[in-house]
Amino acid sequence: MYIIKRLGQAFVTFVAVITITFGLIRAIPGGPADHIRAQVMRNRGSQGVSMAEINSLTETYTNYDPSTPVYVQYFDYVTNILQGDLGESMSYPTRSVSDIIIQAAPWTIFLLTMAILLTFAMGIVLGAVMAYREGSQFDTGSTVLSMFMNSVPYYVAALLLVYVFSIQLSIFPQSGNYAVGLEPGLTPIFIADVFYHATLPIASLVLTGFGGVAITMRGNSIQEIGEDYIRVAHLRGVPGRRIAVRYVGRNALLPMYTNLMISVGFMFGGSIILEQIFAYPGLGNYLLQALNNSDYPLMMGIFIVITAAVLICILIADLTYGLIDPRVSAGEGKEAY
Amino acid sequence: MAETNSTFDATDDRDSTSDGSAATRSELYREWLDVTVLAPLRIAWNDWRTKTGSLIILFYVLMGTVGLYLVPAPTQGQGPRLTGPFQSMSYPLGTDNLGTSLLSDIVYSTPPVLKMILAGAVFSTIMATIVGTVSGYKGGTVDSVLTTFTDIAMTIPGLPLIILLIAVFEPESPYVIGVFLVINSWAGLARSIRSQVLSIRDHSYVEVSRIMGASTPKIIVDDVLPNIMPYVLINFVNSARGVIFGSVALFYLGFLSGFSNNWGITLNEAFTNAAIYSLDGIYWLLFPMIAIVGLSFGLVLFAQGTEKLFNPRIRARHADAVDDTAPYEE
Repeated sequence: MYIIKRLGQAFVTFVAVITITFGLIRAIPGGPADHIRAQVMRNRGSQGVSMAEINSLTETYTNYDPSTPVYVQYFDYVTNILQGDLGESMSYPTRSVSDIIIQAAPWTIFLLTMAILLTFAMGIVLGAVMAYREGSQFDTGSTVLSMFMNSVPYYVAALLLVYVFSIQLSIFPQSGNYAVGLEPGLTPIFIADVFYHATLPIASLVLTGFGGVAITMRGNSIQEIGEDYIRVAHLRGVPGRRIAVRYVGRNALLPMYTNLMISVGFMFGGSIILEQIFAYPGLGNYLLQALNNSDYPLMMGIFIVITAAVLICILIADLTYGLIDPRVSAGEGKEAY
Repeated sequence: MAETNSTFDATDDRDSTSDGSAATRSELYREWLDVTVLAPLRIAWNDWRTKTGSLIILFYVLMGTVGLYLVPAPTQGQGPRLTGPFQSMSYPLGTDNLGTSLLSDIVYSTPPVLKMILAGAVFSTIMATIVGTVSGYKGGTVDSVLTTFTDIAMTIPGLPLIILLIAVFEPESPYVIGVFLVINSWAGLARSIRSQVLSIRDHSYVEVSRIMGASTPKIIVDDVLPNIMPYVLINFVNSARGVIFGSVALFYLGFLSGFSNNWGITLNEAFTNAAIYSLDGIYWLLFPMIAIVGLSFGLVLFAQGTEKLFNPRIRARHADAVDDTAPYEE
C-alpha cells in the first residue's frame, strides 16, 4: 500500500516537473517557436514558408503545435514525453533527442557512480575513525583537511588537476572519454583507457566531496556514542567492535543515506561544468551546448532525463528507508500529530 | 577566559537581581541579551575554528566594504600587461592580459558575492527549516503534501534550472540572484531535517509535551528545533558555500552578465587565455581560486566551530562517556 502511494507521489512529482519545465520553456523570451521560425526564414527566405509549415516543424521538434490552445499544447507535450518521445534536436540535425541522450547518459552515469561510491566510501571510513579517535591529533588533522577539501569547489580542483597532471606533467589526458582511434568494446584495453580518461574528472569530485561526508559521519557517530543505549550496551558487555559497527555505525549512517541519494541530483547538475572542463561527452556537456545554441528540445530532453534519474534515486531511498532504520517504519505507522 | 568574563558582569549579577526585588526593564534586556546572544558567542569564540572562521569572514566583509576605498577600481591598462605578482605596489597581485590589476579585480568582485550569499543562505535555511520540521513532525497529509513539494523542488536539476531562470528573468540584483541560486537547494536540507525530526518526534520528552497539550508550533520550537539547530546552522553555512560555488560556476560559464567583475570571470579569462599553459601565468589562475576557497573555508570553519554551542548536553554527556565506551580503547 505504502509502495503504491509512494509511486503515485513520484508520478505526480514527475508530471509537475515536466509542467514547470514546459512553463519555463514557453516563458523564455524568443522561445522555441520563434527560434525555429527564424531558422526557417534564414534558410529559405521569407517567401514560401507558411505558418502551418512552421507550426508543424515546431511540433516535430518540441512536441507541441503552437497554433493550438495552450492546454492542448500542454497535453500533447506531456503525453509525448510520457511515451518517451523527446522531440528532435535542433543543433544536431538528423539526430533525435533520445538518440543523443542514450549515447551520452552512460558516460555521465559512469562518472557519477564511480565518484559517488568513492566519495562515500572514503568519507564514511575516515569519519568513523575520526569519531572514535575524537580529540586525537589524527582527528584534528583529518578534520582540518576535510574542511579544507570541502571548501574547494569541484571545478577549481578540476582546473588545478588539469593544470598539474595534464598540462605540466602530461600524466593524464586533458579531455575526452577514450583515446582517438580506439575501438569501443568490452576489451581490457578499452576499459582501462576509459578509466584512465575518467581519472581526473572523478578525482576532482571525490577529492572535494569526501571531506563533507567524513565530517557529517564524524558528527553523527559522536552524537550516537553519547546516547544512553551505547553506554548500556557497553555495560552489558557487548564487544566493542560490535558496538562500533552494529550500534553506532548503523545509526550514524541513517542520515547519510538520504544524503547519498540527494548528492546524485547535485552531481548531475554539477556535471555540466565538470564535463565542460574535461570536454567529456556526457549529458552535462550536451546540456551546455544545448543552452548555448538555444536547442530547446535537447535542453528539455536532458532536463527530463536527469529529473527522472534523481526521482528514481529518491524513490529508492524512500522505499528502503525502513530497512535501515526500523524506527522509521516505512511511513505506515507514522501517525499525524 | 578571565578577561572575557569581566565584560559580562550581568551573568554574575543575575542571581542577586532575580531573588525578589523587581528587575528594571533595561536589566531584563541586558540579561536576555547576555543569555541568548553574548554567552553563546563567548562559548563559540573559545573554539579556534570559530575564531579563525569569523576572522576570515570578517576579512572578506572588510574587503567588500573598506577595501573598495583602498583599492582602485579595476580598469584596463592599470599597469603593463601580464606582470607577475609582488613586483609593483600599484598592482601587488600582478595584472592580466589587458593590464587590469588582479587585486582590484578580486576586491571589487567581493560585494556582489557577499550579497548573494546573504540572500541565498537566509532564504534556503528558513525555507528548509520550516518545511522540514513541520513535515517531519506533523506527519499524515501535511507530510505528504510537503514531501511532494520538496521532491519537486529537489528533483529539478539545480544548475541547469538556475541558468534557465536567469535567462528568463534576467535578474540584476545580487540579492535576487542569490535566491535563484538556492531555488531548489533548500529542498535537500528540508529532506534531511525531516528525517532527523522523524526520530526526534518519538523521544520521550516530546511525547510528554504532547500529552501535556502543548501546541504543535510550541513543540516544534521548544523541543524539536534545539535538537536540529547545530545541523541547521551548519547547513546555513553549507548553503552559503553552495551560493559561492554556484555563482562562480555561472560566472565561469558566462551565464551571468551585468556584473563586470567576479572571481569566476577572472578564472575563466585566466583559463581561456592560456595562462594555464605556462608556469609564468599561473598566478592569474591561482589568485581567484584562493579568493573562492578562502571564503568558503572561512564559512566551513565557522560552522564546524559553532557545532558545540547548540548541543551542549550531548557534548557534555559525551565528554564523560567517551572514555569508557570507545570500543578501540578496550
